[in-house]
Amino acid sequence: MSRMARAEARSAWLFLAPSLVLFMVFVLLPVLAALGISFTSWDLFTKAHFAGLENYRQLLFEDKLFHKVLGNTAVYVVWTVPIQMALAFIVALLLNRGVWGQNALRVIYFLPVVSSTVAVALIWSWIFNSNFGILNALLSQLGVHDLPGWLNSSKYALPALIIVAIWQGLGYSMVLFLAGLQGISREAYEAGEIDGAVGWKKHRYITLPLLSPTTFFVTIVSLIGSFQVFDLAFVMTQGGPANSTNTIVYYVYQNAFQFYRMGYASAAAMILFAIILTFTLIQYRLQNRWVHYD
Amino acid sequence: MTDALHRPDGEIEAAAREPARRRSRSPLLDWAVFVLLLLGALSMCAPFLWMISSSLKVPTEIFKYPPALLPEHAQWPNYSRIFMLIPFGRLILNSLLVSLAVTALQLLVCSMAAYAFARLRFRGREALFLLYLSALMVPSQVTLIPNFILVRNLGWIDTYAALILPFAFSSFGTFLIRQAFMTIPKELEDAARIDGASHAQVFWRVMLPLGRPALGALGIFTFIAQWNNFLWPLITTTKPEMQTLTVGLAGLRGQYNTDWALLMTGSVLAILPIFVVFAVGNRSFIQGITSGGFGGR
Repeated sequence: MSRMARAEARSAWLFLAPSLVLFMVFVLLPVLAALGISFTSWDLFTKAHFAGLENYRQLLFEDKLFHKVLGNTAVYVVWTVPIQMALAFIVALLLNRGVWGQNALRVIYFLPVVSSTVAVALIWSWIFNSNFGILNALLSQLGVHDLPGWLNSSKYALPALIIVAIWQGLGYSMVLFLAGLQGISREAYEAGEIDGAVGWKKHRYITLPLLSPTTFFVTIVSLIGSFQVFDLAFVMTQGGPANSTNTIVYYVYQNAFQFYRMGYASAAAMILFAIILTFTLIQYRLQNRWVHYD
Repeated sequence: MTDALHRPDGEIEAAAREPARRRSRSPLLDWAVFVLLLLGALSMCAPFLWMISSSLKVPTEIFKYPPALLPEHAQWPNYSRIFMLIPFGRLILNSLLVSLAVTALQLLVCSMAAYAFARLRFRGREALFLLYLSALMVPSQVTLIPNFILVRNLGWIDTYAALILPFAFSSFGTFLIRQAFMTIPKELEDAARIDGASHAQVFWRVMLPLGRPALGALGIFTFIAQWNNFLWPLITTTKPEMQTLTVGLAGLRGQYNTDWALLMTGSVLAILPIFVVFAVGNRSFIQGITSGGFGGR
């Protein structure tokens, strides 16, 4: 028996070997290395110098641009996540009623999710084009005189990115909400109806509480995804104009691969890591308070 | 394509029919909901339609103001022009090769690990599984710089190895397939074991065939994610012939930044293959997202 157990353990490690090697080389060691590099000053071509917490001190207390970058990312997240979730919830609720062609509709809402963000960014750059774009043409038809400069304007570039992000990510949250809605049993609604929960009350007192595990999950996933915005900023605006769309990941990219400040960029990446981890932990803490499991 | 789009989805339909049975509904409200959803779907589609229309215009039409909704004469040569201006065929080939290789490797590596976690007993199983799972909390930008330095020191810049190997394993995939393997009845495996099958044979002949829905979901998910991957190929490729489609497309923006017909042509070619993949596999893809322990309930 013990020989059999040993043989089983041996096969287990053989099955695990490929993933273990890849996990060590491309995930575990790099995470530790990132932490290590963040304590250095290193331009990739000369020897790295140990810098202690200097990178973090500069980023957190001195670097005005990084503060702007944090602010931009926060604005982006704070607008994108709630609007996208609200719209996704409404669409899921309506689709869940069972309308004609709902499978086709579901697929259409999901198309932007599977599309390359680079291509999506190109399409919307063209739509937002301030001189020849179709959006401003429509707005002027509607009688808007003071047309926004969109991607050329430090005031409107970030809102433009937010619009694209909402459009592109809506389908993903919608699909998760749909799955959650289908998990709510008919009995729950029937019991609610007896207690007088009809119309909007039905959703307020039955759907929303019973959907809270899904809502919780969608919130976390959307938050984490939004904090990592890069492709849109890279293709649509290169972080501009005047750094108005420079986001944390774009700043990491700039410092690492344009300015070759590996230590500084790593420290910024670690701060992103800390932010994401904090949100995840806060959410898990709050989960007990507002998430209802039946 | 339309066939797949309209394929009935038993699960959703069954759930959707329930409220209808519960009480009669006003047809007027149904129509209002339908029209509302249709308007939403239109705003989802409109940017794509505008992309296609613009990709078929001549430069003078592109800069007409106000813009015409449709090109006067569809300029199909736009699509051959992009292949002449940049090595576009090579970009597509690279993206296809990298996406397929990553998908195949990830399916193999993740399902092997998943089998060990789901079925085999060994010391440290739970701890190792937790370690794998904890990687889900690490944003990819954290490992970006060390991985870049590693790949650079290995002399792998501008190689397929750099584009493929870092993605050959995924914690998410391992978790997804482990969950699927756990639902396979153990009796099937025991029967094979009594007949003298080794673990490898059980894995290959029992687990993989029965885990096909989950493998399909992960496969489509991985293929799409790789096809659209941008930041990693951006920093690990310098030669145009080693770039992927997304990197080439972003480069096009810098090079031909006012040639919107060309940029839209490139976008169509980057998006269309994914629509086809998604049309074929949207059911298992969406199931993969919503099941597997993540999301849903």
